[in-house]
Order: sequence, then C-alpha cells, then structure tokens
Amino acid sequence: MTYTALSLTLIFVFIPFILSKALHLGLEKDIFIATARSTVQLLAVGYILSFVFEAESAIFMVLMVSLMIVVATLNARKKGRWLRGITWKIALAIIAVELITQGVLLGFHIVPATPQYIIPISGMMIGNAMVISILFLNRFRAELDARADEVELLLSLGGTPKQAIHRQLIDAIKASMIPTIESQKTIGLVQLPGMMSGQIIGGADPIQAVQFQLLIIFALLTCAAVSSTIVGFTSYRTLFNERMQLHH
Amino acid sequence: MSAITFQNVSYAVEDRQLLTNITGSFEQGRITTLVGPSGAGKTTLLKLCNGLLSPTSGTITVQQKPIDTFVPTTLRQTVGMALQAAPMISGTVYDNLCLPKKLQRQTLSIEDAQKWLEDVHLPASLLTQQARDLSGGQRQRVSIARTLVNRSPILLLDEITSALDRTACREIETLIQKINDKYGTTIIWITHNLEQAMTIGHHTWVMMDGQLIEAGPSSLLETTTNEQIQAFVRGEAR
Repeated sequence: MTYTALSLTLIFVFIPFILSKALHLGLEKDIFIATARSTVQLLAVGYILSFVFEAESAIFMVLMVSLMIVVATLNARKKGRWLRGITWKIALAIIAVELITQGVLLGFHIVPATPQYIIPISGMMIGNAMVISILFLNRFRAELDARADEVELLLSLGGTPKQAIHRQLIDAIKASMIPTIESQKTIGLVQLPGMMSGQIIGGADPIQAVQFQLLIIFALLTCAAVSSTIVGFTSYRTLFNERMQLHH
Repeated sequence: MSAITFQNVSYAVEDRQLLTNITGSFEQGRITTLVGPSGAGKTTLLKLCNGLLSPTSGTITVQQKPIDTFVPTTLRQTVGMALQAAPMISGTVYDNLCLPKKLQRQTLSIEDAQKWLEDVHLPASLLTQQARDLSGGQRQRVSIARTLVNRSPILLLDEITSALDRTACREIETLIQKINDKYGTTIIWITHNLEQAMTIGHHTWVMMDGQLIEAGPSSLLETTTNEQIQAFVRGEAR
C-alpha cells in the first residue's frame, strides 16, 4: 500500500468526526486523540518489529515481550485497585498465560522459534489476558456488591472465606470466559478474524490462514481460563483479614 | 454465669466511632433484648459477638474465653446469628437448611431438615420449594431454622420479626422462648418492638449513639429514671 493510499483511509476518520460535530456528540477530541495515538503507536511498533526481526537477537525479543507484559499489567490493574497487591497477581496471570501458550507452541514445534511468530502470538495472548483480567475484576466487584449479604451469611454460619466467596468467584470467572467462548461459536460465520483476514489480504493461502487462526483461538481459550482463574484465586484472600472478616 | 462479656469495648471504622466503651455481660441461658434508636450500634455489637467484626479496643470473652482465642469458624458455629435481611442462597429450602452442615463438609438428612422446619412451624413440603419464592415470614423462619442447625449455645437475632405480621411475630416469639427453654440457649435479640423487648427479654440493654445507656431487667423500660430512655420509650428518639 502506498502512503497516498493510506492517507486516503483518513476519510474513515473524517466521517465520524463530522457526525460527532453535527450531532454534538462531543467526541471530536477523542477521535483526534485515538487517530493520532493509533497511528504513532502502530508505526512505532512497525519500526521496532522490523528492527527486532532483523537483529535476530533473543534479548530484543524478550525485552519486547516483557514490555508488553508490563504495559498490559499496568493497564489492567486500574480496574483492580480495590484489591491489595493486584498488580503482581495480574502480572503472574499474564506471565503464566505466556509461558503455557509459548511452552506448548514452541515445545511441540507447532510454530518456529523466531520473533516473527513469538512476538505477534505473545501480543495476542497478553492482550487477551489483559482484557480477560479486566472483565473478571469488573464482574467480581459487581458480584460482591450485589451479593455482599450472601458472603456475610456464609461467614456468620461458620464458613471460611473461600467458602463464603466461592459462588461470586466462580460466577465472575465464568462470566469473564463467556465472551471468548461465544465469539468462537460464530467465528467465520459472522466475521472473519483480524489475523486471518490480514494474512489473506497479504496473499497467504486461506487454508494456511485458517490453520493459524485455529491455533490462536484454541490458545485464547486457555488464555481466558488461566488468566481469570489465577487473578481470581490469588486475589480473593486479600478481601479478608486473618480473623476471616471482610475488609471494610 | 455470663455467656458473653464486654469490657470497655469500642469499635470505629476510619473516623467514625460506632461503639464507645461498652461494658456489660449477657447471662447464660437467658434472653437479652437489645433496644435503641436506629444507628445506635446494635447490629455492630452483634457482629462483634460472633467475630464478623473485631473491636478497635477493649476485650470480649465468649464462654469465659477471650474471643480472639477462638478459631473464627468455631466461634461463629458457637455464636449463631440470624441476619435481619434473612438472605437465602439460590436453591431450595433444603439447600439453605443444609448450608451450615455443608460448610463443615457434613450432610443434613431429609428427616432432620423436616424436623427443623417443624420447629419453626413450617410444613415439611416446603423443603423442595425454591427459597426465592418464599414469603417474607417464611424466609425469616427458614433463616432461623438454618441458624439452629448448628445447635449454637448462643444465638444472635437481628430484628428477625420486623417484616412479619402480628400473628407470625407472636409465633416466632413463642418459638424463640421454646428454644431458650428446651436447649438453654442464650439469646441476644435486637428488636424495635419495645413491648416485645419487655415480654420476651429477661434482660434488656438500651443503646444510644454507640453507648450502652442502661442494662438490667426488661422492666427497666418502664421503671427507668433515665430521661433519654424515657424519651425513647415515649417514641421521641426512635
């Protein structure tokens, strides 16, 4: 694609900008910031990836994946400030997802151990683990707010913190996994996934593109289950003190 | 002998002082009613008794043992509590009655569950009914039965008759008196109904603004010389 052609795609930014102004939506500034940020961030990543791929150095690759983990953790923790030590718990979940998925993919030689495969797949797994962690934290908070009397009831009857919060925890884990599972049920019927579309547009064989997409969606299932489970089971204890009382 | 003793107990959350220097005891095997205006700290005091909260200062003893020497789960089985809202877990009435046993990894037989329902004057056929479909009065009775399953020697009741009509209220009062007589259970009962406080309670604590104003035989509500309590009894400070 030429830069002239790319510039012409700004028409797609201009349309919502005009609509926002005409309808007094007040989103012009946000649209401008979103466009500017996505352009700068993606171009920067493009240049960085080019550099990392050419350098063929494991150190740069590890640095890049580490940076992704740090940024994803810092972003997700904003939704979990009400839980003590949540930063490390989210980081642990994301690192676990990364180790499990890359461990299987590289360990069984499913994909080659090169930055061209490791970095994009890591990006998808880490990004998804971040979103799942945020979904879990939002839902867990809502469950606790709505069903605080149930937690108190179970404690008052002699239940342990784990017993008292079990239902809310399981419901939040389940709720955070459902979007991943549901989106996979209609994949290919309603929309073609971004990665697969990108490969096909880039000239790849559709069957080959589908195979890689299947690899990703299967890995995303593990990603969803592992990240919400780890964040959930490591964080619920911080809601209680050593006398098995809910922190107020 | 006292079942629970408070010695200079205070409780604060952040900057809010909810209880101040409470000293007194609840006699074993007796019914003590707890009265006072809303926000007097009555529910907070109950939660301190079964360890859902811990005092900021002062000491509480339960059955002559400092409260913090109990394992929290054992304490809460010893000092049972029926909550004001009578919350139910999703499932049937049987699921709710099983809950205390399930938390101890035990089971409750259908026969035992039926017996607990009969004790609170509910038909055995209710066992298979969904708890969410219960009426306010039925909910409250199931909540009491569920608390009784642990056979706690001390029972805390937080306004358990506030949502009931006069007949249902009277039945619950009779039930609690029966439990007190039959099992020698120590009962601490928060109520807004002063007539109930006097007829049911052997003793009464009057609380206001987080302080214990007066404690003694329930007749104190009629005989007190304390002007604050007199105003409260007249309905001027509820």
